[in-house]
Amino acid sequence: MKANCWISRNTVRVENVPDPSILNRRDAIVKITSTAICGSDLHLLDGYVPTMQKGDIMGHEFMGEVIEVGPGVDREKLAVGDRVVVPFPIACGACAACRAQLYSVCENTNPNAGLAEKLFGHPTAGIFGYSHLTGGFAGGQAEYARVPFADINPLKVDDDLTDEQVLFLSDILPTGYMGAEMCDITPGDVVAVWGAGPVGQFAMDSARVLGAAKVIAIDKEPYRLQMAERAGYTTLNFEDVDVRSALLELTGGRGPDKCIDAVGMESTHGSAPIYAYDRAKQAARMESDRPFALRQAVTSCRNGGVVSVIGVYGGFVDKFPAGSWMNRSITMRTGQCHVQRYMKPLLERIRRGELDPTRVITHRLPLGQAPHGYDIFKHKQDNCEKVVLTP
Amino acid sequence: MGNTTRRDGLARGLGWVSLALGVPPTLAPGGFAKALGIGDAPRHRAATIFVGVRELAAAAGLLSTTSPVWLWARVGGDVMDLGMLGRALKNHDGRGAGRTAAALAAVAGITGVDVYAAATRSRSTSDTKLTAATTVMKSPQEAYDLWRRLDNLPDFMAHLDDVRSTGPRSSHWRATAPFGRTVEWDAEITADVPGERLAWRSLDGADIQNEGEVRFVPAPGDRGTEVHVKLRFTVPGGKLGETVARYFGEHPGQQLDDDLRRFKQVAETGEVVRSEGAPGGKWARREFPQHPARPLADNEKAMVS
Repeated sequence: MKANCWISRNTVRVENVPDPSILNRRDAIVKITSTAICGSDLHLLDGYVPTMQKGDIMGHEFMGEVIEVGPGVDREKLAVGDRVVVPFPIACGACAACRAQLYSVCENTNPNAGLAEKLFGHPTAGIFGYSHLTGGFAGGQAEYARVPFADINPLKVDDDLTDEQVLFLSDILPTGYMGAEMCDITPGDVVAVWGAGPVGQFAMDSARVLGAAKVIAIDKEPYRLQMAERAGYTTLNFEDVDVRSALLELTGGRGPDKCIDAVGMESTHGSAPIYAYDRAKQAARMESDRPFALRQAVTSCRNGGVVSVIGVYGGFVDKFPAGSWMNRSITMRTGQCHVQRYMKPLLERIRRGELDPTRVITHRLPLGQAPHGYDIFKHKQDNCEKVVLTP
Repeated sequence: MGNTTRRDGLARGLGWVSLALGVPPTLAPGGFAKALGIGDAPRHRAATIFVGVRELAAAAGLLSTTSPVWLWARVGGDVMDLGMLGRALKNHDGRGAGRTAAALAAVAGITGVDVYAAATRSRSTSDTKLTAATTVMKSPQEAYDLWRRLDNLPDFMAHLDDVRSTGPRSSHWRATAPFGRTVEWDAEITADVPGERLAWRSLDGADIQNEGEVRFVPAPGDRGTEVHVKLRFTVPGGKLGETVARYFGEHPGQQLDDDLRRFKQVAETGEVVRSEGAPGGKWARREFPQHPARPLADNEKAMVS
């Protein structure tokens, strides 16, 4: 089959690879009908997330049709012919974390847990196409994929909705939603979202759905801010304005009640000296992540507010404003999304028309053009917001 | 302890050397002293008899027991001999000085062999103690039952190749030690409290002496069962071997942690979880750099056994 593979830093290539086969009794094989490139794939592309190996298949947002199930799969729950969306974290469904619906920290699905434990202190779940640190699972930017614990992970969807309407249930829609949910939004709340990429856009949509009075988008790409504006949100370009004073202006001096970091470890900053400082420390391996958005979210948030972090961090940050966080009673919440928790309720919201995930799609490409998709997405060319690939 | 000297050719060889060297000075001290170019004055004869008796004692020790103490005794004797021969050479009257010098050189050579034998045997007896714990969402009885079926242990313990029950309380174990060595031993169960505790130890004659204990304790607040494992064993090559093994990524503590993680996988999900990068399941750590995260080709599927 054809698959988009990581070759080296900043190089992916579509290669011919063997077809997947059942490795565990509860595996299924899915013939992929739609797959997407995620912002977090860019952290793998450029090597900021360690333990990528030459030939690894990328991709953790995919859906398709079940064409084979292993002998241990509960046929009541999944059968050949089912149309499914596959959540990016692989859950076992049986451990304490899964029972608490904390699927992305499943205790059983990462065969390289010992390695992850060294970096993080405790291991995290297996993830498709997301480095060997998260298990070395083949990804979904391919014609076929093996899906472990197939009778509990994938969401079955009926044909009344198109692939483009449901594909993002695999990651970015639940991720954005969890970002808003962690804010515990109450009526009247002003929610500021750093990053107007696809996850940021869905965090804004979710904040609105959950009752925010005003949603503010912060980015530097005019086309991304325009997309947020078209959806009805207030926008701030951090290259044009001082974010903190602009936020104070927009909130009557209080600061946003809830702040969402939808940027993560490779953020950029309007101030060249500050950017240079973190970039240099990163290059010298003195910190692994650049936390501009996170710093700004903490210091901008109103006293007693919530900072919700859904942008991806990989290692260590420097100059974290712990004093601001502690003295001003800021609550911080975070996590890789527990996708399985949100798939069904969000499917219903899509069906009812409360959320329209298709609004972020700007590019539709055949799988063979995946490297081009990475290129325009990474360099923000051609107003690229979200690339959907079709095998 | 000290099992490595049991069939130890070098230690036994040195025992025979002691025997061969001990008989002549004991039976014919005068002749022996002359042969070394030393005069047969009474004090020389007395010293020679002492050396002979000492060698016979060392021979008896090395040929009958396995303790490296006798190798160190030989080293002590060597030092004494070097001193006596050195003094003899210094105060020599010239007759047979060449023979004394040759004896001194021979003792110096054998001292090297003795030090090597004693040092390597002594290192091999170092002890390693490990503890690890995990929590499984199973009852203590279920977790105990899974562990008690000893034949299952190789499913999740990376270094165990085979465990066979040979009786109600006895079993035969085969494992891969660092650097691909295969080691085997018989073990007996020394404590067996269903749903609570299991303890075992290797029987005499084991390649690696070891003992272990696993306790199954209900976690507070109905959160499953805590599994606490304690292991004690001799690492082949002792501290040196352990250091070298660590360098090559075979850290025993990490291995035990990984083994317990896989025990949890089997207990909670029924099998060891595999990925394309770690298709061998229980050998995930040993596989670095791993197979790329892409499906296995037909000729690679043998990795999945």
